[in-house]
Amino acid sequence: MKIGLFIPCYVDQLRPEVGLAVVRLFDGLGIAFDFPEAQTCCGQPFLTAGEQAHAARLGRHFDEVFADYDVVVTPSGSCAANVRRHLPHLVPGDRARETASKTRELCEFLVETNALAGLAGRFPRKVGLHASCHALRELRHGRPSESREPARPDPARQLLSTLAGLEFVPLARCDECCGFGGLFSVEEEAVSCRMGLDRLADHASAGAEIVTSTDVSCLLQLEGLARRRGSPLEFLHVAEILARGVLDGSR
Amino acid sequence: MGHVSRAREFVADAERTTWHDRALWFVRAKRDAAADLVPDWEALRSEASAIKREALERLPELWIEFEDQAIRAGAVVHWARDAQEHNAIVARLLTERRVTRVVKSKSMLTEECGLNPHLESLGIEVVDTDLGERIVQLRGEPPSHIVMPAIHLRRGEIGETFERTMGAPNGLDDPDALTAIARRDLRARFLAAQAGITGVNFAVAETGSLVVVSNEGNVDLGTALPPLHIACVGLEKIVPAQRDLAVFLRLLARSATGQAISAYTSHFRGRAAGRELHIVVVDNGRSRLLAEPDFREALACIRCGACLNTCPVYRRSGGHSYEAVIPGPIGSVLETARDPVAHAELPHACTLCGSCSEVCPVRIPLHQQLLAWRGVLARKGIHPQRRRLALRLAAGLLARPGLLRIFDHFGRRVARALPSALLEGLARPWTRERALPVIPAESFRTQWKQRARTSNASGDVPSSGGDEART
Repeated sequence: MKIGLFIPCYVDQLRPEVGLAVVRLFDGLGIAFDFPEAQTCCGQPFLTAGEQAHAARLGRHFDEVFADYDVVVTPSGSCAANVRRHLPHLVPGDRARETASKTRELCEFLVETNALAGLAGRFPRKVGLHASCHALRELRHGRPSESREPARPDPARQLLSTLAGLEFVPLARCDECCGFGGLFSVEEEAVSCRMGLDRLADHASAGAEIVTSTDVSCLLQLEGLARRRGSPLEFLHVAEILARGVLDGSR
Repeated sequence: MGHVSRAREFVADAERTTWHDRALWFVRAKRDAAADLVPDWEALRSEASAIKREALERLPELWIEFEDQAIRAGAVVHWARDAQEHNAIVARLLTERRVTRVVKSKSMLTEECGLNPHLESLGIEVVDTDLGERIVQLRGEPPSHIVMPAIHLRRGEIGETFERTMGAPNGLDDPDALTAIARRDLRARFLAAQAGITGVNFAVAETGSLVVVSNEGNVDLGTALPPLHIACVGLEKIVPAQRDLAVFLRLLARSATGQAISAYTSHFRGRAAGRELHIVVVDNGRSRLLAEPDFREALACIRCGACLNTCPVYRRSGGHSYEAVIPGPIGSVLETARDPVAHAELPHACTLCGSCSEVCPVRIPLHQQLLAWRGVLARKGIHPQRRRLALRLAAGLLARPGLLRIFDHFGRRVARALPSALLEGLARPWTRERALPVIPAESFRTQWKQRARTSNASGDVPSSGGDEART
């Protein structure tokens, strides 16, 4: 199986350690993969801004870079959802449709391939799991709190649950949006910050030491607000917790 | 002013925002609990969606059937192309009968058409009889929510309004006492009214009957006392058959307020002896929306308000921030359709979290429609030029991996060399409330390249691409 790793543009530029955690995790688990260096951005920021022509241009580029892989893995629920849901509409043809359908969010991929089976990881911390709206409602990772569909597992929660000592703190609102929303975070800055502060308060009063998510964008929003206020909360991507828990924790 | 500025004003009052958010979240939680008690809630939503889609497909024939049945039952049916025609028809019916006092029960359609100011300009007194609606009428404000029009107000503010307009004692904020004062005032107006105007929740083609759902008994009083009932109904309110109500009535109150059923479900078919029933069917842009494949599903809306209650932006920005008759996700879709230039900010007043689409009892893909509207507005050039230029530059950079590498290398060095205060200034408004992320020394792609070089040189595969520790 030829695996292509897609590191979203803002992760590449602002939180490279999340990409490195994926690399370390894959290496440690013996998963062979490739990082095609021509990759840039899946086009989501342009699509959500309404600029479909730009989104299509970047979508075509994404498709060209990743068409030859059997599976595309990315540590982002939001980017994976964008590719899966929108690439086929932006870029015509069977190839783009296939590229879209073989794109996986990291945790989803690890669960599908049963990659952590038999590993005794350990991460004895209190963790608040922030649900990424797009992982939840577009990729259907778990069941949204509004929905009355049959319950379904959330891959991130499944994987983190295997780590001994990790305690999920109970949130009052388990899946409310962090307020990032791409350009929304700057254009509707006041509402965006208020939404983020409400999420932070929920995690803090639930006793979280670490807030984690499948999306760096949510974490950048929450971390930016928390750091400005001197909050002791830590913000780690799920990949970082898994890399530490599985590779370091079991030793 | 636009949503951005109005929302900023609302959020500035942190205490009110907290309370507004909690009040609406409480309704959302009640809706969740009510949905839990219905087996196959999701199947019911699908059924409602299918009925509405069918009704939209068959709109002309259903309305012809409705008109036939309604006339047979003794009602008079009027057709209004737009708000102006609607207002003219209602005004004519009233002036012909020398009506000067009207009671009106809740109707978003008459809000949309601006009926009250029109009738008032003709010297006709219109009293809104739904309590929340009455409160905002007394304050000279539009409703801030389609089901709970005065949800933005606190008890004390309502007390002040009643003191000013109805002579309530100073400082009164007991809900029961306030309600009693409003009821006493309204009772006299019901008795004096010469006509009652209502909205309509469902028009049933099969029977030519109208269904109005309410909680305060004002619909029945307002139609039973005066000899003239004028019902104003939007073109999208038609359902094919009486049995369809079994689906919609189970969904509506649960989605709206978390009640299993509303206190009153009033059915009107034809006129009673010695009375008149006039039905005004209004298009006002609906048939235009029907012709838009990407947006027509918004016409399935049954005005339950569930998408407002769940919307994290609406809860924190208040209904008035939308500057629209209908606020929240469904309002952003419908109002943008009505006037894309005036409401160009609304499709962007949304994080695309998707919660609205999950609660919608008729499965309107609201957040997908908001996304689609953004595309339409950009194509029409309605978006701000500054945003468009910035995005074009960014796309140009990201479409060229070589250029991105250069930017990655030099841009990063420049950004890291700048004084942090300057960088923070450049990154406003992100940095108004948020710290800027620490800009790492190297991007992922650079560290990946370094790793590839190291492993080629040493001939083995390193277990890690770099330092994972964070500063």
